[in-house]
Amino acid sequence: MTDLKDLSREAKRLAVVFEATGAEVVELDFLQISNVLLDLYGEDIRGRAFITNDPVYGEMMLRPDFTIPIVEQHMANSVSTARYTYCGKVFRRQEEFPDRPREFLQVGYEIFDGTNTEKADAEVFLLVNEALNGIPIRIATGDIGILMAAVRSLSTTETRKKALLRHIWRPQRFRTLLNQFSGLSSKPHPTQDVEDYNKIIDKFEIIGSRNVQEIKERLLKLKLESEIDPIDPEEVKILDDILSLKDTCTVALSYLEKVSKKMRGIEKTVDSFAKRLEFLEHNGINVDLLDFEGSYGRTSMEYYDGFVFGFYSEIYKDLAPVATGGRYDALTERMGQGKKIPAVGAVLRPDLTLLLRENNHD
Amino acid sequence: MIRLGIPSKGRLMGQTFDWFSERGINLVRSDSDREYAGHIQGIKNVQLIFLSASEIPRELSAGRLHFGVTGNDVIQEKLVLFNQLVKPISELGFGFADLIIAIPSFWVDVKTLDDLDAVSAQFRDKHGYRLRIATKYHRLLREFLMKAGVADYQIVDSQGATEGAVKNGLAEAIADITSTGDTLKANHLKILSDGLILKSQATLFKSLTSDFSQEENQVANSLLKKLRAKN
Repeated sequence: MTDLKDLSREAKRLAVVFEATGAEVVELDFLQISNVLLDLYGEDIRGRAFITNDPVYGEMMLRPDFTIPIVEQHMANSVSTARYTYCGKVFRRQEEFPDRPREFLQVGYEIFDGTNTEKADAEVFLLVNEALNGIPIRIATGDIGILMAAVRSLSTTETRKKALLRHIWRPQRFRTLLNQFSGLSSKPHPTQDVEDYNKIIDKFEIIGSRNVQEIKERLLKLKLESEIDPIDPEEVKILDDILSLKDTCTVALSYLEKVSKKMRGIEKTVDSFAKRLEFLEHNGINVDLLDFEGSYGRTSMEYYDGFVFGFYSEIYKDLAPVATGGRYDALTERMGQGKKIPAVGAVLRPDLTLLLRENNHD
Repeated sequence: MIRLGIPSKGRLMGQTFDWFSERGINLVRSDSDREYAGHIQGIKNVQLIFLSASEIPRELSAGRLHFGVTGNDVIQEKLVLFNQLVKPISELGFGFADLIIAIPSFWVDVKTLDDLDAVSAQFRDKHGYRLRIATKYHRLLREFLMKAGVADYQIVDSQGATEGAVKNGLAEAIADITSTGDTLKANHLKILSDGLILKSQATLFKSLTSDFSQEENQVANSLLKKLRAKN
């Protein structure tokens, strides 16, 4: 059993690393109105968060994380530059893994600043690395931004790209769509022409909010989709190669630079990757040894859309990540109702860092 | 005393009685039909507890019942990691029901989960809120759709008359159990071709959390032996 005094000392120890930057220390209500989280995560969040009811506000959640409410607050107040840090408990329902804790401390750091995004990426990463000094750690990094840029630069319809981008965080559905769009598997067929539908529509009772017009629109869309060419296999191959890329940052970069000569649309994001590595290297990170995975951050890190990273125990392979972080520019736009600002952040688990520290001394 | 949970209402109760009596075990309800208790003819130390089929999972998992008859749909919906809490002893061959996803029949553009996902995106764009699916099987539906990678939907709770939810403006689609499909048809709904979440039937479960004394163990074993004799 973890000594609570040790735990709070450990949390403090991590927190001072972030507070030393002069970041504003934020506190949040335990209870958050559900709407924002539901809009963002969809139903899946109900499996992960404790939900309760307020007679006035309706559905409320015990905060499952800090980032979303902080983004919400920041975007509501201003779009100026800011650095925040926090230390507090979050709450998670555990359905699949009943042994995992329902409440645990998080220490985190968020930068809202568009002046030099690569430098901000590096700043967050380096602070986390500093906070975890002395703990044997395996680090994984990736870049969802490169992936999204690759999808955007496919020579195909906007509709297809939009469908793929919508599922960038659901690898299986992404794969299904990609296979359909590239002709590798059959896709939903237009069941009938709109004219034929018009003839039979009287036979049906029209119920619910989705109306006949919407169905006709989709029938047309399916018809159009069935008539356009599959995505160029060459481009699919590049996308697949990026997705399965797994190497050191240095090797990954030189590979991606080569690819970006063929796929111009990813050039900007690859440049960013290079700049970020420079900042890291300049600050003592050996990027020749730092891992890079093209698919990293796709399954559990929804809303990240650029640099992503995770710090894992080298000893306990099944342990949840000790720290995770990444860039979430699009999220600020989504919550800013028109306003946006580049943002990047990270979160650490003092309970896990303490466990690893204690273990390291034994 | 072995505590055996029996569904307290309607056809499910009747068929449960029949199933046991076909195996030479006569369930007897207490003299007053209104009392939710009973025993087994000729076998001592077994107490019948009549409960709503939807409460039997909870009682089994809490160990307050040693055995219970209910559908595996409610077992899987209500019990997280159900196979660590209960063990199916025998499928009873009635109470068949499929948990399915159904949509309005006039949605001629929708046949599969692929379509449902695409329509969810379209619906959210158009209407500004997520496509609503009415169900009482929140967990099973959520897990099923998560695995299938369907996004941009929301679950609305419906504890009864779910087939009417679309017509009544509460939802755009439903997830519910069906046996013949007649009620769906009558409510202008059709089933997604790959929308089968679970096949269910009445099943006799053993609690893995309840304590069995030596004597209770003996009673349970002789009971199970009798039940198996027919199979």
